[in-house]
This record gives sequence, structure tokens and C-alpha cells, in this order.
Amino acid sequence: MSVSSPLPHDAARLHVTGQARYIDDIPTPKRTLHLAFGLSQIARGRITSMDLGAVRAAPGVVAVLTADDLPFANDVSPSVHDEPLLSDGHVHYIGQPIFLVVADSHGAARRAARRGEIAYEEDTPILTIDEALAADNRFEEGPRIYARGDAAAARAAAPHQIEGMLDLGGQEHFYLEGQAALALPQEGGDMLVHSSTQHPTEIQHKVAEALGVPMHGVRVETRRMGGGFGGKESQGNALAVSCAVAARLTGKPCKMRYDRDDDMVITGKRHDFRITYRAGFDDAGRVLGIEFVQLARCGWAQDLSLPVADRAMLHADNAYWLPDIRIESHRLKTNTQSATAYRGFGGPQGMVGIERVMDHVAHVLDLDPVEVRRRNYYDAPAGGAAPHTPRDISEQKKDNCTPYGQEVEDFELWEMTEALLASSDYAARKKAVAEWNAANPVIKKGLAFSPVKFGISFTLTHLNQAGALVHVYQDGSIHLNHGGTEMGQGLFQKVAQVAARRFGVGLEAVKITATDTAKVPNTSATAASSGSDLNGMAVKAACDTIRGRMAEFLAERHQVTPEDVRFEGGRVQVGAAGMSFAEAAQLCYEGRISLSATGFYKTPKLAWDRIKGEGRPFFYFAYGAALTEVALDTLTGENRILRADILHDAGASLNPALDKGQVEGGYVQGAGWLTCEELVWDDTGRLRTHAPSTYKIPAFSDQPGAFNVALWDGKNREDTIYRSKAVGEPPFMLGISAFLALSDAVAACGSEYPALDAPATPERLLAAVQRLRDGV
Amino acid sequence: MNVTFLLNGESVELRDVPATATLLDWLRDTRGLTGTKEGCNEGDCGACTVMVQDEDGARALNACILFLPQLSGKSVRTVEGIAGPEGQLHPVQQAMIDHHGSQCGFCTPGFITSMATAHLNGEEDHATALAGNLCRCTGYAPILRAAEAASSEPVPEWLSDFILAEIPAGGVGGSQPPTGATVQPETAGELARWYAANPDATLIAGATDVGLWVTKQMRDLGPVAFLNRCRELQGIDETEDSVTIGAGVTVARLIPLMDRLHPSLGAMLRRYGSAQVRAAATIGGNIANGSPIGDGPPALIALGATLHLRKGDDRRDIPLENFFIDYGKQDRQPGEFVEAVSFAKSPDRLKCYKLSKRFDQDISAVCGCFHIAVEDGTVTAARIAFGGMAGIPKRAAHVEAALIGQPWSEDTIKAAQGAWAQDFTPLSDMRASAEYRLEAARNMLTRYFMEDRGLETSVKEVRA
Repeated sequence: MSVSSPLPHDAARLHVTGQARYIDDIPTPKRTLHLAFGLSQIARGRITSMDLGAVRAAPGVVAVLTADDLPFANDVSPSVHDEPLLSDGHVHYIGQPIFLVVADSHGAARRAARRGEIAYEEDTPILTIDEALAADNRFEEGPRIYARGDAAAARAAAPHQIEGMLDLGGQEHFYLEGQAALALPQEGGDMLVHSSTQHPTEIQHKVAEALGVPMHGVRVETRRMGGGFGGKESQGNALAVSCAVAARLTGKPCKMRYDRDDDMVITGKRHDFRITYRAGFDDAGRVLGIEFVQLARCGWAQDLSLPVADRAMLHADNAYWLPDIRIESHRLKTNTQSATAYRGFGGPQGMVGIERVMDHVAHVLDLDPVEVRRRNYYDAPAGGAAPHTPRDISEQKKDNCTPYGQEVEDFELWEMTEALLASSDYAARKKAVAEWNAANPVIKKGLAFSPVKFGISFTLTHLNQAGALVHVYQDGSIHLNHGGTEMGQGLFQKVAQVAARRFGVGLEAVKITATDTAKVPNTSATAASSGSDLNGMAVKAACDTIRGRMAEFLAERHQVTPEDVRFEGGRVQVGAAGMSFAEAAQLCYEGRISLSATGFYKTPKLAWDRIKGEGRPFFYFAYGAALTEVALDTLTGENRILRADILHDAGASLNPALDKGQVEGGYVQGAGWLTCEELVWDDTGRLRTHAPSTYKIPAFSDQPGAFNVALWDGKNREDTIYRSKAVGEPPFMLGISAFLALSDAVAACGSEYPALDAPATPERLLAAVQRLRDGV
Repeated sequence: MNVTFLLNGESVELRDVPATATLLDWLRDTRGLTGTKEGCNEGDCGACTVMVQDEDGARALNACILFLPQLSGKSVRTVEGIAGPEGQLHPVQQAMIDHHGSQCGFCTPGFITSMATAHLNGEEDHATALAGNLCRCTGYAPILRAAEAASSEPVPEWLSDFILAEIPAGGVGGSQPPTGATVQPETAGELARWYAANPDATLIAGATDVGLWVTKQMRDLGPVAFLNRCRELQGIDETEDSVTIGAGVTVARLIPLMDRLHPSLGAMLRRYGSAQVRAAATIGGNIANGSPIGDGPPALIALGATLHLRKGDDRRDIPLENFFIDYGKQDRQPGEFVEAVSFAKSPDRLKCYKLSKRFDQDISAVCGCFHIAVEDGTVTAARIAFGGMAGIPKRAAHVEAALIGQPWSEDTIKAAQGAWAQDFTPLSDMRASAEYRLEAARNMLTRYFMEDRGLETSVKEVRA
């Protein structure tokens, strides 16, 4: 029925006809004002004087605000109150908001914002990882270290050793809808805010602080975002707070949306990382001891950098049992945009590190990289299929736990790997690639496999909760609301499918409604891939409460037990009697039965100590496997993805069509991160790639030439909503196989290991080819 | 200025339109048609794509850098006008639903209008038609499936019944004598006289560059002349031994010509901007703006093109390469404009190599164009020109000299190695480093040689 049906996105028809409404499309009252920020033009220093006369005099300007004009809190940080909405006199990066223009049009606000005359006393900015390390400029007192065993000793004692370094660039979210908010003043000083946000409760919280009112004085509504990807978890705060404050001060509705260039210059992006590794391994390629140092460039404010860097550490093992391991993580503070959440939330960076190691090990031993990976895999769960390459029985295996002590109980990758290698014809294609490379001097092919094991749950345990509000009206139609937000992932549809199933009605009976802090309070961000896990369960609980009341009433009326009341096929069967769901609702209403309920869910089994790095941060793991083939032009570094084969574990999918969409889109976005998407800052700290003219996300023709995506036919071993699995972030990391395939193609040009950095732009690829050809 | 056009089949008459009001802002802010989205406001994402029809047919254009006066006498269809009058979905809309082609939905209206335009024109090269529409959610695979599924469906009657006669003739204002600060001349002579009298004015052809002066730099342009109604500038005059291309010829219209004369250039032009940009951008604009990274000039210089300039009734012809004097400086007098560019026909020896971070819709880091004639194994002539290697589009004179008269061999190419650094000292910027530019440029000559020997060197031709 409705659960597991491949139904289209709930708003698909609105999307294709242009009727789907985003923040900037909401009709506004006539006197609505528009906002724009005046931005810092230096990366680090102190403001010595500010002349905003020309800004105030510009056509259409109604007001110009600086930090001194803010009535209450000057803070939009999601974490530690270190992020003033408007500069407090200190400047921390180029693009930091300094003053706020309120004008009668979007254009007038933008034009006026450029007229500010600001004088600074400049300091030397700290821009790079090296500079931040040298200055010991960091968040937290020192590096975070998670360790098990004695990695250094195990590495030293191993038959083989390698070491290496890998630079990973950041990534701009490039949601197609830029950040936007609209604030409408209400009676009695209340504020209604429409925000393009993944986190309405946080918007409510920050707006309340800025207005000096309790949270009950602020209502935040979010119907949909035009893409989020983590970029709207905290980065919408500044716009919503600005609108609310300006609306309070002017008494008029205020709207703010960033022009694309402003959006890219102001907002945070994925953390770029430098990862160094030292590993020791045996003749079979099994890693015995490994040490990682992860250097994360966090930008100027803390934002979500600590949990991001934590998650990078928690994915340093990916799919591999690494007996002795040490992970050292530095969270470096720089005078650049404050890096923020981005799909995978540090996981991708951690994962690329160990995948690089696996390839490096295979290269040193001249072994098949897939085989090396399998030899290091976690064991399959008891009762599941046995490992296909049994470990040496003389080896005493200690446990099947991650470096942080969580037992891997659901390891699906043995069977998934086997299935993918078969469906993708791996062995024959590997041979064909080798033959091609022997015959072709200019175009080299590369082939690479990479698995994904991604931990599902917020690592800040208290966030793993959700609420829902469900009404059944007397005509049998259903109003559905929950704390999750819709950013394109299809959450609303998947959750509606759950509600329809619980009541045994068609999807048309369920009305999906905008996320609203007045309906469901204290919500967590729609993040960490948790949307359908959490909200699906909360909605189920609410539906079941109502259904229980209905069943009890109808059972008594027909002298049967509540267990004899069944909801299916749009009807309610009460013993021998049957009626439509609408008739049942009408009867219940007349019987004075409450047809409205809240639902609540909290994820079980979690216990995590992030300082020690011990416990169970994740409810379960989601898995995936990808094989990518590329072609590389060794004259210029230009390249294409020729084919990608993917098998992804979405558990028992709530909606295979939407889940497949997440997998395809995630792969391309992940491959984009590691290939064509390059952020470039100049020596002054100015972002030079601040528009799609200079920052290149994958375009239509960058999709793989052949793209075979399938969902793994399994179900979650944990009791999640209909045994499904989270699917938002995990497939992003399948794109790592594209990066490794390019590395494999470079490797065909010489005998050394390519040691490719990311993004692997044509320029980096050509340089790597030349290094190998020159034998350097 | 007054502008009349059809909007979703309905006649619209606008009075006193500011010259630089964009269609996108007008649709969204004035007309309340918010289906057309602003994604980047610079013509790079396609979220604002609309279908524009006139006597030359239908094309997709970016509404964010399309000024209202450019629409006079045309028909505009936004996403709101793609479905039928009774709300029947267009086949591309239905296919996008059926194949799950939308996720967040923000890019979708632009995709729908691009797809409907390609569908109307019977184009089935979806990658080329949709290169100018960015999607961040889907990875494009479901959109490709939707485009393929819809391509066999007939054009719905509400689009096929488009009647040219319904377009208001002439466009109000267009037929009036040019007055005020904004003009829309109908003839080259009219333009020449006005521009000579208003040498500080800005000439706007496709607005794919000037559009950004307005949307991004927020410049006031002062007096403006729109060239889009000047049919005289839009001719392609082909004789037995030469081709003359009017300055107002769009890049899209050059493609079939070049496919025939110089297929490598035709192929490169398919990567020039996007369908939306190519349908607006003109060859005259690409030359006259003097950009060192435009893709037209290097190819035309390699072909030995002549530039035809006009001021008032005075005309002069110069070799195209001489037009580019220095970064931001061209051999163009105040009030003088590019009227045409021409080149002599020659046996096709032209190869154009465009190198960028992303294959489609990206500005070249390096654009190398080679026209090398070989007789009996000896190089008899060579014209090699580059974009992205200097402050101007520039010939590789030393490299050419190192080749001419030499045997066409690997040794000759090796011997020419040192000449590259004499010709070029490129910059490092966000697109590429100087070292990479130089190395890639050298390798392009190697590629030319290898391809001449029948070796396949294009990643685009390789399959898994």
C-alpha cells in the first residue's frame, strides 16, 4: 500500500507547473521592506570608523542598523554565542555583516549596502590550516583524540608501513534557492517568521533572543526549501533575525534574501580538511596499526564545527576493523567563512582518509583494492552470511567494535559487495581497463570501488527526538504535521505514507502541512539524515493514539474488542460491520472522541561520551557500495565518469523512488565535491569563487555515462519506522569512488602511488600525471 | 521606452519601461508570476529560463539577464504558460513527475521551460539542451529519463498552434524615431548615426555580459541602444570563398555554419555558455567586449578573420587580432562599433580546444585554436591563437614560427617547446595556475598532432 510505494514527491505537480511556493514567492503586504547587509572588506581587524551617510541617503533606504541599534541579543550562533549578527567592532572575515540596510526594494537595499565607508585597523589574517596551526588558533583547548590500543607500536611492528597526506577542499552547498526569510509583525509584539530553514526551532529561539521575548512570542513556519544540504541548518539565522528585528523597529513586514554572490561570500561551507596518515599492515593488506591526524579548517566562529569534526573521527574507520588506531583531530580557527554543516557532516572527510589508505595499501602490495578492503571489513553479524574471505583462523580477533567501542551488529557489506561486483561485472572490466591503458597513451581509464558505512543518529544525543501533531476531521480527512522540514528529500511524502498506512486510507486523505513551531515545539534540525526515522515514528505514535481511541469507541458500539477493528482500504472494519473511514470519523466525532493527538519519539539505545570517544553514538549504520569507471585525458587532466554502479542500503525503503533519488543525487554531489567543485580564496582571504560562473557544481553532462543504481533488498535490523533506513547523507560518500577511480587512472601513468588531492580538478590531475611520468 | 509583447499568449503593453528592467524582476515583482526563479541572477543556473518565440523560432533564454526592451515584438512563455489552458500538463511536465525529476523543485521551472523548448524544436541532444540548467538535488539522471520519455510525445496543440501574427507588430516604440536615452534602431545606419552622436552610450545585443553590469555591478548604464531589432547586423553572407558574419549573429546561429565549414569550431561552440546564453550572445558582443577569455576571437584569429568596424558612415577593416591591444583596450574609436567579421574559406585544418574545470557551461581556463596547413609532410602555414593565456586573445607567434617550414613531426613539436614561454606569460587565478595554462597549451599542440595522425584523444569519445 502506501508505505514502500514509489510515489512521486508530494509537490511534484506544483514543482513542474511553477506553483510551488518558496519564501520569495509568498505574496507580501504592500509596504513590505527589504534588507541587505553591508559586508566587511577585510579578513581581520577592528573597525575604526564607519560613515554610513551615503547609505542612509541612497534612494529607497528606510533605515540603516549597526550593532548599537539592536535592541537585545546580537548573536546568531547555533552553539556558543560567538557569532554577532552585526560586527561588534571586530572583523573576522571578508563578507562578515557589519551593517543592515532596510529599504523599499531588494534592489535599493543591495545598491545602498555598497555605499558604506568603513575604515579598519587591519591585522594579519590567519587563513590557512598551516597558519592556524602555527598560531595555535583553534576551538577547544587542544586536539581531540580517540584511540584504541597502541597504534604507534602496532604500526611499527607491522611488516609494511606507509604514510601520506591528503588535502580535501571544502564545498559550497549551492542550494538553488538562496537563503531567505520574511518576518510579519503580529499584534501584541508577536512575530511570524517564514524562513527557508532546516531548523525552525532554532530560528524561533534566535529571533526570540533578538526581540527579547519568550519563545511563545515567535512563530516560525517553513513549507519547503529549495535545497538545504546542511547549509540551512544554522546559516538562515542571520536573515530571520534581521527581518524580525527590522520588522519590530519599523512595524512593517521585512524580507531578506541573499543575492547569490552575497550568499556564497557570507555563509559557511563544508569544512576543508588535511588528513595525514601513518599505517602499518601485513602481507595480506590487513591494517594492524594506524594513526590519523585530521586538521579541520573551521573558519571564524564555532558554529557546528565540533560535532562535524567529531563525526569525521567517527568515520575514520569507515567499513574496516582497525585493531590499533589513534585519531587526532584539530579544529582550527581561521579568518574565513565559518564552516558549517554539509551533507555527511564531517563523515565524508573522515571516510576519504581511510579509503585513501586502503588504495595506498593495495598499491604497495600490488593487490586488488577491493580484496584489500574485504580483508579489512568488519565481520558480518552472527546469523548472517559468513565473510567471503575468512580471516586467518590463527589470528585472534578481539571484537567487532568501532574504534569508539560501538559493536557493529548490522554489517551488510559482505553480501552487498559480492552482489555489486557481480552486477557490475567487476573482474572483466578491471581486465578491460588494464588492456585499454596498455594500448592507449593519452586517455587512461580508472576503476575504483568504495564502500560506505555511515552512523545514523545525532551525536548530540538529546537531539534524537521528534514530535508530531495529527488531526482527523469529521469528514475523514487528515491533517498531518511534524517537526521535520522539506528540502526536496521527500520527507513529507514518506511521512504522509506512514500516516496513510496507519489509518488504512489513501494518500489523498492526508494533508501535508508546513512545519510550524506553533504546532510541534522543540524540534531538532532536519539533519543527520534523521528526518524520516524520527518524524515517521512520531507521526506513527500520533496516528496510533487516534486510531486506538477510534477503535475503542467503535468496538464498544459494535460489541467487539478493539483488536477486531481494522483500518484498511479506506474502510474501517468493526467485527462484521464495515464503514468508510469518513463514516467512522463522523461517528467518533458524534461520540465525542478526541480526533487529535500529538506523537513523540526518542531514539533508543544511545549512550555517547564525546570527550572520551566511547559509547554508542549511533542507533545503526547505513551501508552502500559503489564502483566507478572514469576516463582521464593525460594531456590536460580533463575527465569523464563513464559508468557508476551503486548498491545502496535504505533498509525496507519507505519509498524506493524517493530513496533512489537521494542515492543518485548524493553520488553526483559527492563526486562533484571531490572533482570539479573548487573553492579558491586569495591571499587576502577573499573568496574568488562566489558565483556559478566561477564555482562549478556538476552540470547535466557530468552525470555518469551509464548509471546503474539499485537499492539493497534488506531491512533495518533495528526497530525503525517500517524497518527503513536513513538515506539523506550516506549516498553522498559513494562519490568517493569517482575520486579513487581518477586516482587509479593517474596510477596508470607510472609506478608511484598518485597521492591525489581533492578536488581533483583537471589541473591537479595533470600535475599528478606529470609527477608520475617524471617518476618524482 | 514602450514595449509590447505576448506573455503566455496574452498581449502586454508596457509604457516607460526603464532600459535595464529585467524580465525576471518584472515577472516576479510586477506581474506576480513567481514560477520563474532567481537562482544566480547572472545567467549561469537556468532557474529563470523562459521560452521566447519570434519569426526565427523558439528558444530558451535566461530571464535574469534579459531586458524588457529586448522582448518587443516577441512572445514569452513562462512555466505558468507551459501547461494547457485547462491545466493539462505538457508531456515534459508529466514525464518529470513520472520519472521523479524534481526534488526541491526550485530549478524545476527552468528545466521545464528548457525541456519544452527543446521538445518543441525536436532537439533530442538533451545534454546540450540542458547544460544551462543546474540542479543540485537529483544528479540529473531522472531528468534525462524524463526528457527521453517525453521526446516521443507530440507537441501539445496549445504550443504548436503558436501563430506569429499574434505578436504585436513592430513593438511599440521600435517603429518610432529614436529619442531619449534608450533607442532600438532598425537599421545599421540608424545605429551608426545615433552612436556617433552618443559615443558614451552602451550597445546591448544579447546582454549576456552587459546584463551582469546591471544585476551584479548595479551600474547605471546611461544612454543605451538595443541592437536586437537591427536585422541588417544579423546576416550571414556566404560566398564561394568567404564568409561574412554580422555582429548581431548569435552564437547559436553560428553552429550550423561552423559544423559545415570547421566542425571542430562547431563542436566548441556547443560548449559556449549554454543553450540560453548561445541563443542571446552575439559574435559581435563576444569580440567587442574585449574579454581575454572569450571563445570566439581565438578561433576567428586562427582563421585569419577580418573585423569590420563602422563609425557614422566611415568603415574600416582590420585583422581581428589587431583589434585587441591590451587588457581592457581595443582599437575602437568612440562611437565606432563592430559591424561584422569575415574570414576567407580554406580547407578545414582548424581544431579548437576549450579547457575548463567543468566541461559544459564554463569559462575557458585556456582556449587554444590551431589552424596548421601541412603539404608533403612540411608545415606550410600556421595560425595559432589562444584565449586565457594573456590579457588579450593572442597569437602564438613564436610557436607558429617554430613550426612553419619544418617537417610535421614530433621532433618539430618538441623543438617548439621553448617558444611557448616566449609567446605567453599567463596569469594564475581561480580558474587555473600559470604553469597549468602553459603546460596545457603546449599539450594542445601535441593533441593536434596526434589527432592528425588519427589517434583518438578525446575523453568525450570514450565509453565504459
